[in-house]
Amino acid sequence: MSLFTILISALLVNNFVLVRFLGICPFMGVSKEVDSAIGMGLATTFVMVVTAAATWLIQWFILEPLGLPFLQNMAFILVIAAMVQLVELFLHKTSPALYRAMGIFLPLITTNCAILGFAIMGVQNSYSFIETVIFGLGAGLGFTLALVLMAGIREDLRFADIPKPLRGVGIAFILAGLLSLAFGGFAGLV
Amino acid sequence: MVLWKDLIRGLWAENPTFRLNIGLCPVLAVTTSAINGVSMGVATTFVLVCSSALISLLKRIIPDKVRIPAYIIVIATFVTIVDLVMHAYLPDLHSVLGLFIPLIVVNCIVLGRAEAFAAKNSVVRSAVDGLGMGLGFTWALTLLGSIREILGAGSFFGHALVAEGTTTLGIMSLPPGAFITLGILMAVMNMVSARQKRKVS
Repeated sequence: MSLFTILISALLVNNFVLVRFLGICPFMGVSKEVDSAIGMGLATTFVMVVTAAATWLIQWFILEPLGLPFLQNMAFILVIAAMVQLVELFLHKTSPALYRAMGIFLPLITTNCAILGFAIMGVQNSYSFIETVIFGLGAGLGFTLALVLMAGIREDLRFADIPKPLRGVGIAFILAGLLSLAFGGFAGLV
Repeated sequence: MVLWKDLIRGLWAENPTFRLNIGLCPVLAVTTSAINGVSMGVATTFVLVCSSALISLLKRIIPDKVRIPAYIIVIATFVTIVDLVMHAYLPDLHSVLGLFIPLIVVNCIVLGRAEAFAAKNSVVRSAVDGLGMGLGFTWALTLLGSIREILGAGSFFGHALVAEGTTTLGIMSLPPGAFITLGILMAVMNMVSARQKRKVS
């Protein structure tokens, strides 16, 4: 598969949030304002790209040669937690402004199942190193796209007259369903 | 009496799916049929009960500063057990649920109960609390799975309900159906609990 195909597939056709249902918790939690949606999306993308490189190295240089693939789950979640921590420290030191913008979202990223999900999927598809990194980039950008679209709609929705029981997550899920329907249109693309 | 309260809390008052809105990824992803919903629910319940009990047992040994990584390791151990056992004995189901079995590790319900309940309470109470939460999660998944299977495939637990060739709402089996069904169910649950509250007051 060409790198471009992997990127577009992860970004649009198999969008992580709307088609594969990964990362629903942050998708519902942080999609109330466009600014925070962009912050969360970019922080997640960043961690995904870094994790892609780290998990690929761990899988093919440590777990496989030692015959320990059953430890994959445990190893990956630890790597992700460590990476999030590392990114946090790095940002804090090098770019305090960016850290302040992303800061509150970083700890939340560890429990974003899109990250562990894409790391495991990358191994299942036996992607090469570059392919895994591109896959991570596509997945992260796809997550950002879905989050920002959703936040834009929810900002406008604030003044709409919604039936009382549907307010909050109810209407958000129906909106996500409509977005998902729209993304279904990309199905034939790859 | 306390145990009974611990058990039923997860079923309605603090139902993880409808009340707390956590752990929603598998709720949407695996509920294309009722049986998938039940299986995912049972797998998660097993992990919840075991990890809550073990974490409660270890609560005095685990240092406070590294408790989250320690909890995750305990949870990941039980998830790996479920993953391997399902792969060996239920290969068909394992391939359908696929990625979402290893992803029980990052299901916020499990870590949430470890942090909020198991770290503070006795082993038996923690296990019962895990069981209640797990059953609450299971019935939510089963309900969503049943609705989607009946409307999308015209069957219930694999038994056909409509004559062959009948047009069904195919969209219900696809991703948009999952989102829309859950949205409507959330609204119904809100209505029911609003009515309950009015009755009490």
